[in-house]
Amino acid sequence: MSNDPDTTATSTWGVPDSVDEVVHALADNDYLADEGLATAVFLSLRLHRPLLLEGEAGVGKTEVAKTLARWSGGELIRLQCYEGIDLAQAAYEWDYSRQLLHLRTAEATGAASSASTDALEDELYHERFLVRRALLRALDHGDGPPPVLLIDELDRADDEFEAFLLEILSDYAITVPELGRFAAAVPPIVVITSNRTRDLHDALKRRCLYHWVEHPDFDREVAIVGLRAPEVPDRLARQVASATATIRDLGLYKPPGVAETIDWASALALLGRGELTADTIDATLGTVLKYREDQERVRTHGLEVLVTEAMARHG
Amino acid sequence: MAELDATVAAGREGGPASDPTPEPVVVAFVAALRRAGVAIPVDSTVTFSEALAEVGATDRNAVYWAGRATLVTRPEDIEPYDQVFAAFWGEGPAALLRSASAPTPTTLVLDDTDDASEPPTDDGDDDESEEIQAVRYSPAEVLRHRDFAECSEEELAEAHRLMSLMGLGVARRPSRRHRPTTARHGRPDLRRTVRQSMRTGGETLRRAHTSPSDRPRRLVLLADISGSMEPYSRSLLRFVHAAATGRTRVEAFALGTRLTRLTRELSTRDPDAALERVGSAVDDWAGGTRLGDMLAEFNDRWGVRGMARGAVVVILSDGWDRGEPDQLAEQMQRLSRVAYRVVWVNPLKATPGYEPLARGMAAALPYVDRFIEGHSLAALEHLAKEIAA
Repeated sequence: MSNDPDTTATSTWGVPDSVDEVVHALADNDYLADEGLATAVFLSLRLHRPLLLEGEAGVGKTEVAKTLARWSGGELIRLQCYEGIDLAQAAYEWDYSRQLLHLRTAEATGAASSASTDALEDELYHERFLVRRALLRALDHGDGPPPVLLIDELDRADDEFEAFLLEILSDYAITVPELGRFAAAVPPIVVITSNRTRDLHDALKRRCLYHWVEHPDFDREVAIVGLRAPEVPDRLARQVASATATIRDLGLYKPPGVAETIDWASALALLGRGELTADTIDATLGTVLKYREDQERVRTHGLEVLVTEAMARHG
Repeated sequence: MAELDATVAAGREGGPASDPTPEPVVVAFVAALRRAGVAIPVDSTVTFSEALAEVGATDRNAVYWAGRATLVTRPEDIEPYDQVFAAFWGEGPAALLRSASAPTPTTLVLDDTDDASEPPTDDGDDDESEEIQAVRYSPAEVLRHRDFAECSEEELAEAHRLMSLMGLGVARRPSRRHRPTTARHGRPDLRRTVRQSMRTGGETLRRAHTSPSDRPRRLVLLADISGSMEPYSRSLLRFVHAAATGRTRVEAFALGTRLTRLTRELSTRDPDAALERVGSAVDDWAGGTRLGDMLAEFNDRWGVRGMARGAVVVILSDGWDRGEPDQLAEQMQRLSRVAYRVVWVNPLKATPGYEPLARGMAAALPYVDRFIEGHSLAALEHLAKEIAA
């Protein structure tokens, strides 16, 4: 069900009628969501509210937005937040160098002296000099399915930006002082993610539907590996998923997420290993653990022991 | 469950209501959640009703997740939510009885913080006893060097009043935002240049510039609240509460039997009341705090993921660690790698020859940027200087 974004009449997208429909549609687009996440997505689509996803790194928060874009056929517009992000980088900016050039030209042709200041200003602050950034693009989109606006890692931005964002998300409109108000005819689908390095404001949370994303359970994780890395034999996928689950219980700095599980399984399959042994783990540990201390901790725990434990979990 | 369906369905007769008013059952459920300590704003109740109208109220699971998506906004609230949900929507008749005794919807008109608990501060009686007189006229200088643990209630109150007079500046960091400047070495500000050219009919006479502005760094407090440390932590929190400027992001945690986040309480309520609630202070005879464990938890859950990055971290503790010094050293190292500066305030003079105390402190010291010994207002002044440096 992959829609080509270039086709104009993608009227296949309609707001879903039930949580089950969401579960199936996400699965058709390679995302296996549990009932909780599917309910939050369903309500977000029905009530036109932003969806706020919090959770550990690597549980698949960002992937939700990408999947929604595939499903709806809308454009995925991503806004990566960072400390100090402001209006100019998130919403719109004027193309000053081109404006200056335009002024110079007007001057050279003598148009500047004859034209009134107002006329000149209208020329300068014309839409063709407007540089559209993610937020404006998401609100001011053409026909076709609504775009999916992914506001990634909002906790990295500062309070001022959050307040400004809240204003935009309240009525899905932005006002450019020189041009007027841009309001979305059809509101975009908004997904906000946060790693919770700080708490977001209550006012923003109130505006959103909230879901805390957990690591998937064993069966779901095996199924995810099957979807994302179909070349991995089922038996290996099961072994890797149980090994990852075991590793998550060892109290590491950065427990492996779903992405790591997929990478690990793919790496093993690529190396032609159909079986998880102490040797294969030793050779590929770097795909799962990204901290030296974590690798040491797992080695101290014992790779043989790890294999035995993983087998005991789901032989 | 059957009664519930009837109630919710009754409110939805004639198709999905565009502006559903909360059902009594919903209101009662939210009230029960609030009693369990989950902060729920008024309009979330309305959103919950809308969500119920979307998913239907026949399936217990659907109701559960609709509530989770609309009423819960923090992972900490999931557990109380689960308990209240089980108690409330478990058995029909009992639930209806509970809802009958629940407060009426009029409480919703009030602000959503329904515990307007008066902090148990002793602000002195109206009758002027001699003791209070003595404090009132005692020169601040005497108080400045008085040990907090030996202060009377009145002296503490006076000290706290003095604290609020001390300004607390915070170290600043360069921000990515730019502000206009008259200096010529900044980045050209084309936006303003264009604007100014408009006035001169397109002639660019003056070039505007911007230069990077700076922002206050985040301040993170980790306060040990084991037995003998408690009065100092109380005073430190009070100090920060009183002196922090509105623009500063202050995060606070109590290190007791477990790690407790106090940030919310610090920004809205009385820090004393917050500490009362943390309550579970460790007894001294148990041999100090599990500092290594606490720091590990802080690093894992908050610090390394961003909160401590580029921040000024203040640890208030006597360094009496019940755990392994190696672990404390390792966690301090992790913290110091992300923090801008680590300040350690130790109000207790280490007892000479007391091994455990020295061990924990010694393990931590290599990763501390500033070490402050002190227990009085004078020490806090010193601390304020360090934080602002």
